[in-house]
Amino acid sequence: MQSDHTAYKRIKDISRDEFILPGTTVCAGCGGLEALRLAHKVLGNNVVFVNAAGCFTLLALFPYSPFKGSWLYTNMASAPAGAQGIRDALDILIEKKRLRPEEDLKVIVLAGDGSTYDMALSATSGAIYRNLDFYYFCYDNEAYGNTGMQMSSASPLGAKTTTSIPDEQSPMGTKFHKKDIFEIWRAHKPPYIATISPRHPVDLSEKFRRSMQFKGPKLFIALSPCPTGWLYDPSHSAKIARLAVETGIWALKEAVFGETIHTYIPSKLKPVEEYLSVQGRFSHLFVPVRQDETIKKIQDEINYYWNHTEIQK
Amino acid sequence: MARELLTGNAAAAWGVRLADVDYVPAFPITPQTEIIETLSGWYSDGTMKGKFVTMDSEHSMLTAAGAASATGARVFTATSSQGLLYAFEVLYSVAGWRVPLVMVNVSRALSSPITLEPDHNDILSARDCGFLQIHTETCQEVLDSVIMSYKLAEDRRVLLPVLVNLDGYYLSFTREPVEIPDADKVKDFLPQYKPDHASFHASGPMAQGLAVLGGYIYSYFKYQMHLASLNALSVHEEIAEEFYNLFGRKYGVVEEYKLDDAEYVLIMSNTFATKGKAAVEKFREIGCKVGLLRLRVVRPLPTKKIQDILKNRKGTAVIDQNISIGYGGIFYSEIAALMCNEANKPVILSFICGLGGKDISMKEFQKILDDTINASLTGNIPGTQLLYTDVEWAKMKHLLDVAGKPVI
Repeated sequence: MQSDHTAYKRIKDISRDEFILPGTTVCAGCGGLEALRLAHKVLGNNVVFVNAAGCFTLLALFPYSPFKGSWLYTNMASAPAGAQGIRDALDILIEKKRLRPEEDLKVIVLAGDGSTYDMALSATSGAIYRNLDFYYFCYDNEAYGNTGMQMSSASPLGAKTTTSIPDEQSPMGTKFHKKDIFEIWRAHKPPYIATISPRHPVDLSEKFRRSMQFKGPKLFIALSPCPTGWLYDPSHSAKIARLAVETGIWALKEAVFGETIHTYIPSKLKPVEEYLSVQGRFSHLFVPVRQDETIKKIQDEINYYWNHTEIQK
Repeated sequence: MARELLTGNAAAAWGVRLADVDYVPAFPITPQTEIIETLSGWYSDGTMKGKFVTMDSEHSMLTAAGAASATGARVFTATSSQGLLYAFEVLYSVAGWRVPLVMVNVSRALSSPITLEPDHNDILSARDCGFLQIHTETCQEVLDSVIMSYKLAEDRRVLLPVLVNLDGYYLSFTREPVEIPDADKVKDFLPQYKPDHASFHASGPMAQGLAVLGGYIYSYFKYQMHLASLNALSVHEEIAEEFYNLFGRKYGVVEEYKLDDAEYVLIMSNTFATKGKAAVEKFREIGCKVGLLRLRVVRPLPTKKIQDILKNRKGTAVIDQNISIGYGGIFYSEIAALMCNEANKPVILSFICGLGGKDISMKEFQKILDDTINASLTGNIPGTQLLYTDVEWAKMKHLLDVAGKPVI
């Protein structure tokens, strides 16, 4: 099944139609919402979001919803199972001719990193194992954002969160390494996995377009710069999203049936310091005392990734 | 109509088959597994049309069940004990979505210590979530209750999910002769599910389960659920009447056994009520006017009905197969509360028995009756008592001795 959308090559290929109405309840400068806004332009109108408890839960606030499509709030640990129920029911009702095929919907899990990396990992693994035909959109702001920025297993090494505050014991803040959810998904061999960034809208749109030809689980991990949690001015979201990619800390890639390719490779990586130094959550790495060792550790990991990953384009 | 020897589990599966259920997400747990194994077979050999899907946990299972129900399919699932508790937060979500799925719970006591045998702490932990609860005594009642539950849940005046409860081992694995109704007749009673309140499809976008900020909004929706649950009492009456006319079996919100002239009333639920009825027979033989009230529809609790039955009796003994740690019997607290403002109320005594499947003997029923008569005569009402025989105590002391533990 080939998508009938045109390929996305330039910014003007992206639809000017809006599928999420303005005036939502999420924070100004939310990178996750911008990524979702762009994704929705490709996915079109006939969607049902299955939302795990998180920041985006507040998008649909009785009696309002900014979406033209449908919405079901589920528990934090089981949004993929909610997607299973809806997908199966739509299939059964269409098969039994109780629903016309044109009434079908794309089923999209909408979850933050707390749900994706932690609580719903079991339900997600189950849904991929069952080859559920669904989209999984993870807005990854690298912490439990909706509860005030506590450490999640997506929080990166060196980040300050409210449960990994830099102190004498651990001056670097978060001392664990971010879970590699891309590889965890890839080990399940689903048809399509991608990382996306709101600052790369053509790459993002093209990935959604490509994914639509596959039946089965499709994951999108959206880098979601978060002004309130990453501690920067909301107007800088785009800049920070761009720096994440240009410093190589957020690799833009996709894996089709487990085969990974990078969809954008910076010609020369900028030093990660440029990305770290513009966010309050890393400020302790620079003042009052510069933590060279931690900054180097972060840089070394990025270098290691790009030197040791089989880079294809 | 056919008559077959069926276990309680098989009877539940037959109820699902006759209800022409579209979708069953499942996860195994003893002693419920036979239900989902049976259904799995019927979906895979084409006997039932729709889909059976194995899930990764009860938490996922119930989420999938609720979401499918919200999409417009007729849905069934089953669990037991720890499984019900693993799904616990989803119970509240699904009830809040106002979707009419039916779930069977095969009661089994809760860890720790882990056991396989039944009591009702599992099902009663779910009493406040918005699911209706029907507690069954016989295999026939299990089959009939599953069918009736869909009609009850799907009624516009109700639109709440239903838990049908049966005892593990005592009923799940007991074979009894069961009348299997004709499928066509069941179809007349229970037509295909056509949701007109909510379902996911392209031409009618819908937001379900969305956030509310403001206690007055939350209170409104919760109270709506409460009122809908109360509606189920009269709707159940209508459905039971229709069921009786078609199939010849009548189910009340409670079962009244030899209550007409009874001075003393035993209150029980589920399969142990059968033992209670046998005890009533024995007491009647020696001229003691005892009857039994079996709780069947537990949520909504038929408060008025129970008040009417209990007033002007001399004594009531509530026999709980559950224990609210730090309080005592759960049904006792509910019965005592609903009688507290009634004039001419009987003395109400509380007994705990049957925890983890512990049997209840005639000797223990005798103690219950003696205490109740004594309390009604003297006004001295004992506190909650755990029923425990001398033989059981001797055996327990031996086990503690083997384990090298002090006997307390």
